[in-house]
Amino acid sequence: MNVIETNNLTKSFGSFTAVDHISFEVGEGEIFGFLGANGAGKTTAMRMLCGLSTPTSGQARVAGFDVYKETEQIKRHIGYMSQKFSLYGDLKVWENIRLYGGIYGLSEKRLAEKTDELLAVLDLESERNTLVDALPLGWKQKLAFSVAIIHEPRVVFLDEPTGGVDPVTRRQFWELIYQAAERNITVFVTTHYMDEAEYCNRVSIMVDGKIEALDSPAALKSSFHVDNMNDVFHALARKAKRGE
Amino acid sequence: MRTLRYLLEKEFKQIKRDRFLPRIIFLVPLMQLIILPFAANFEMRNINLGVIDNDHSVLSAQLVEKVVASGYFRLTNVSDSYDQGITSIESNESDLLLEIPVNFEQQLGREGAVEVLIAANAVNGTKGGMGSSYLSQIIQDFNQEKGFTSGLRSGGIRSTSLFNPHLNYKNYMVPGIMVFLLTIIGGFLSALNIVSEKEKGTIEQINVTPVPKTLFLLSKLIPFWIIGFILLTIGVIVAWIVYGLLPVGNIGIIYLFAAVYLIAFTGLGLAISSISSTQQQAMFTAFFFLIIFALLSGLFTPISSMPHWAQQITLFNPVRYFVEVMRMVYLKGSQFADLTGHFVVVCLFALFFNVLAVASYRKK
Repeated sequence: MNVIETNNLTKSFGSFTAVDHISFEVGEGEIFGFLGANGAGKTTAMRMLCGLSTPTSGQARVAGFDVYKETEQIKRHIGYMSQKFSLYGDLKVWENIRLYGGIYGLSEKRLAEKTDELLAVLDLESERNTLVDALPLGWKQKLAFSVAIIHEPRVVFLDEPTGGVDPVTRRQFWELIYQAAERNITVFVTTHYMDEAEYCNRVSIMVDGKIEALDSPAALKSSFHVDNMNDVFHALARKAKRGE
Repeated sequence: MRTLRYLLEKEFKQIKRDRFLPRIIFLVPLMQLIILPFAANFEMRNINLGVIDNDHSVLSAQLVEKVVASGYFRLTNVSDSYDQGITSIESNESDLLLEIPVNFEQQLGREGAVEVLIAANAVNGTKGGMGSSYLSQIIQDFNQEKGFTSGLRSGGIRSTSLFNPHLNYKNYMVPGIMVFLLTIIGGFLSALNIVSEKEKGTIEQINVTPVPKTLFLLSKLIPFWIIGFILLTIGVIVAWIVYGLLPVGNIGIIYLFAAVYLIAFTGLGLAISSISSTQQQAMFTAFFFLIIFALLSGLFTPISSMPHWAQQITLFNPVRYFVEVMRMVYLKGSQFADLTGHFVVVCLFALFFNVLAVASYRKK
């Protein structure tokens, strides 16, 4: 079953077409890499799928709901983590977990369990009462991810979740992603790190608002006759006319 | 509704942890109520008086002494000629001139009447006008004391000031300033709130959750509403302790109006916050409205002396209504039945501003 389906999804700002007729499907429990250079239209596409922005034309369904009419239902079934860290820095770690768990309707009992469970997985038990602002960036990102999937959504959208994070923490972050996928949460992730692209089940590469390639990393490498994703990306992104 | 509880918990924790807000909430009302009524005082004191005494008689000296003893005037210049007196006005040494003519004493004794000249610097109209009227009153008194007929014919009119018998301006200002306080808290602080979430990016995370925007706005409104009540209570206590001022009417009416009024201004603040993308923008917009509202509210200057068009504008100013209500309840003891019209208007403002806030806040 497909969790995300788009058909000629388009978003224009005046004469500028940020996302140009993209069509793809993402299956349940899949880790889908959404790659592209800066300005290729990744974030705009993702915002449409999250119900934060209305498409100009085309169709899309997320978790079975229409992106035009059913944005509020979509919001119940997705998680989202933006480029910019967006938990409350002036709230403590447990308070952030409680706030978002509460918003998504977890019961008090479930909230308490979930908080303990989450802090154990993240190895943050000692930081339960720390203000989030005081945490190192890598920890913040792991926490933000865990909070984004606190309600066990059908799909989680991650917009460059590991930007500025050190390689060891990035590795740990991807372990969290795998754990989520094992629980059948679909992961839709944008990244600029090509080693991360290798971890995905399938990747799409966007160039100037269009999807230029979509397949598993292995298939992409063989069709471009190269031995790493970096070269695949270069071969495609070189064609880009839009700058940053 | 459970969602609202979690959102409110968050807001109160954030307010409590804010280094700036809790202090402001207590300091602002104290400072404003203690300092402003003394500064915004229309009573004229310390008017600089120049005297040109051409008579140099006992009687003229007594007159000058009486004027100075009234407490309203400060003798800053004694000249020998009118021209010298004018020079002292030009140099800002005196605001008002009193010229006593030659043979003042003699003429009074002989004819029972004499004309003295009062010249006022009318650059500051209020000071000039009030000064000369005080001065003529004192001269009239002086005439009566000495048994002369007064040059100024008073037709036996006595005026009594109702409700504020001592014409104490502080009694008049304090209730108005309380309104201003609530306006600042409701309008300014709430205007900065949503936009600061925009700047930090935290609003993005809220926008992808299923939280309805009305609920989110409500979670912003309620804390400021409660803070407003705390402030009002501090204000009432300060007015009582410092100025001995207690409402003549029912204090419940004040709280009832405050409840609706705070909702109105918090709504305005939130609407400003929703349309702004930076705190500077929000601050400027809020400032713009608050200055206009304050100046056209009748808080500092009487509405009845504004030009007709400005009076019309004040009809669209919520501050005006609450200032009137406060003064009516505090000084006159007006009942709710006298104020139903005001109440309806304030309710309409609350409705209007909050609809505006909901309409301008976009989850997209």
